Parts: sequence; C-alpha cells; structure tokens
Amino acid sequence: MWKRDEAAKPNTPAAPGAGSQPASTPLAAEAAPSRPVTEPQRGQERSTVNIGKSVVIKGELNGSEDLTIEGQVEGKIELRQNVLTIGPNGRIKAQVFAKSVIILGEVTGNVTASEKVDIRDNGSVDGDITSPRVAIAEGAHFRGSIDMQKGAVKGEGKSAPASTPVSSQSSSTQSSGSQATTATPAAAGANR
Amino acid sequence: MLSDLLRWGGKRPGQPDTPGEASARSGGEPVVSSKAFPKFLTALGHQPAPPVLVDFGPVIGSNVSFFGDQLGCKLFIEDLFADFDRHARAGTLDALAGTFPTRFRHAEASVDGILCWDIFDFLPKAAAPALAREVLRMLRPGGVVMGFFCTSSVPRSPFLKYEIVDEKSLRHRPHAGGGGPKHALQNRDIIKMFEGLMVSDSFLLKNNIREILLKRRS
Repeated sequence: MWKRDEAAKPNTPAAPGAGSQPASTPLAAEAAPSRPVTEPQRGQERSTVNIGKSVVIKGELNGSEDLTIEGQVEGKIELRQNVLTIGPNGRIKAQVFAKSVIILGEVTGNVTASEKVDIRDNGSVDGDITSPRVAIAEGAHFRGSIDMQKGAVKGEGKSAPASTPVSSQSSSTQSSGSQATTATPAAAGANR
Repeated sequence: MLSDLLRWGGKRPGQPDTPGEASARSGGEPVVSSKAFPKFLTALGHQPAPPVLVDFGPVIGSNVSFFGDQLGCKLFIEDLFADFDRHARAGTLDALAGTFPTRFRHAEASVDGILCWDIFDFLPKAAAPALAREVLRMLRPGGVVMGFFCTSSVPRSPFLKYEIVDEKSLRHRPHAGGGGPKHALQNRDIIKMFEGLMVSDSFLLKNNIREILLKRRS
C-alpha cells in the first residue's frame, strides 16, 4: 500500500521540472495533451481550415494545416503531415495525399495516407487506397483496391520526416474500426 | 444459493454455447464456424511477401480491417454480386460471362488469394467457367482460392455477405440485392471447371455448404 503511493507520487511533482527532461519517452508524449504548455504550437496544429460548399478549386492544393473540404476540388491535394476531412458536401476528383483522411463525401481518385483512411457512413471512394489502416463504415461506398502493406506509403512520399511524437497521439483518437497492428511484416518494402 | 454454487463450474445463465447461439439471441444473423477459412489464411501467411488478395464479395469494413491487421495485404474488392444484380435487373444475365475477360485488371499470375464466397452458385452456366478461367489466369503458383458451394439447387435465394468474426468463424449477413437461383455444382464439375488447380481441402458443413479450398501448384 505505502510503496504503491510513493511510486505514484513522483509523477505529479515531476511536472515543474519536466521542461528539462528529454521528451522522448512515450509517457511524455501521452501526457502532453493534458498540460497547457506550448500553446502556440498546439494551437497552430489543431486549427482547421474549411473550404466551403460554394468553393470550387481546380489545380493543386498544398498545406500544413488540417483541412476540411465541403466544396469541390479537382486536381491534387497534398497535406502530408495533416488530417484531411472531406465533409458530407465535399466532392473531390483528385489524387489525395495526407497523414489521415476522413471521408464523409465523395472522392474519385487515389487516396494515400501515412496513417489512416476512414470512410464514414455515406462516404464514397472510387479509387485505390494506400494506407496502413483503413476503416470503412457500414453504408459507405468503395470501389477499388486497398493497399495495407506496411511501409507502402513511405515509398511514395517525397518528404515525410514525421519524427514528432504528436502523430502517434492523434491517430489513437480516431474512430474505432481497426486497431493498430503490433507487428510489421519483415518484407515491408517489397514490391510485387 | 445452492443452485448458484452448482452452476459455478458450468455454463452461466447468460453464457451461450456457441457463437451461433449467441447471434441467434442477439438478432438472428448466424455465426458459422468455417473450416476452410483458417486454412486459407494459413496459406496466405506462408507467402514470402505481403499477399495480394482479391475479394469477389461486397466491401465489408470489418473484413478490410481484419485483412489489414492479419496480413497487411493488398486487397482488391471486385464485387461480382453487384455485377450479377445489375445484369439481373437489366435482364442481361447472359451477357455476364462476356464481361469477365475485361473485368479484372490483374496481370497473369499476380494474385495470391481469391475469395469467391458463393458467387459460383448464382452464376449462369456459361458465366461460371468464364469466371473460373479468370481465376486461373490471375492466380500465381502457390495461390489459393476459397469458394462455398451449395449441395442442392434453390429456385431463389438472397445474397449473403460473409463478415469475418475471427480466424475461424464468419457471420452470414443479408446483403442488398435481388439474389437469384442457386445452382448446385457437382464436385466433378468444380474440379473440371478449375482444371489446373488442385482441391486442397473440402469440407461439408452442417448447413450443407461445401467449403472448398483450391490451390495452384507452385
């Protein structure tokens, strides 16, 4: 009893001196969201840009912020470090590259995500998906292939230095569907 | 009190005997244990690289997640039930066989596993061999095919979709679509149709469904 209490205590007083610790442990990464530290950075990452219903974009869309699209986009969308949400009114005819893609609207084109693709109820994808995790809800439409080979996405990405521990925490808050796999296949990069 | 103690070692009040019983209570969609599916998975697991899998059934999210988690594979959804339904509604089922040679984009000997489910039961006589020829073309040496075949013909049957519960059992769920007549294929007809593949395993389940696993010699 006593020993257990003592063991639990160091976690709370450790907070004031936490700044001097190297934040490399997974524990530190998990604890981070509960603390009100580094507000500017976190605030920037969480801000989501919306493209409204009446907006039509033809061409290439690049960015480093989370994006929600309710309008129409034709061409190419690249948000390699961020979450892309295609809203229920979104109509996309494009190649899509993002960290995570949540689809509630319609996508025609190939979707590549380094973390997860989530096709929600009434979402629709006509194209090939490349992502280590794919969740397709009941009632969603999908036509194409799904490449879930671990490491398949990294081969295609031109700049994906994602070394920050933030990515691990954001993926775990995604909807149920599938669980993270524990084992990575040995022949991950093998092409067939 | 005493009755509670006596029950302690055995079945608890709410505990079902089998998964099937569990589903019957929870809503009537039967969970059927499969003998061929674990062997199908084992065969795919022996592939040296992440396997390429073709599914002739409708897209089922939990199946996609299952294959992603278990195999980390490349999965192609080729919903032939939707094709059948479209042709049946248009009254062009006779033309279905002619669509197969151009239907699949897979190169020769490029696929490790094919899930046929029970599509062959529904196909018209000319379409079944045409699809089997495509299966033979796509399958690489060492690749496996799993199919379910009924034992007696049925004038009209709804489509079922097979949701993977775990490595050994499938939930048989109703699937949107008109369904159609089911033709019982004899074992010799199946063997003849898939000439070039060997029957690796064949199981007759209690529900009179034959689960057949075919393999291409490596």
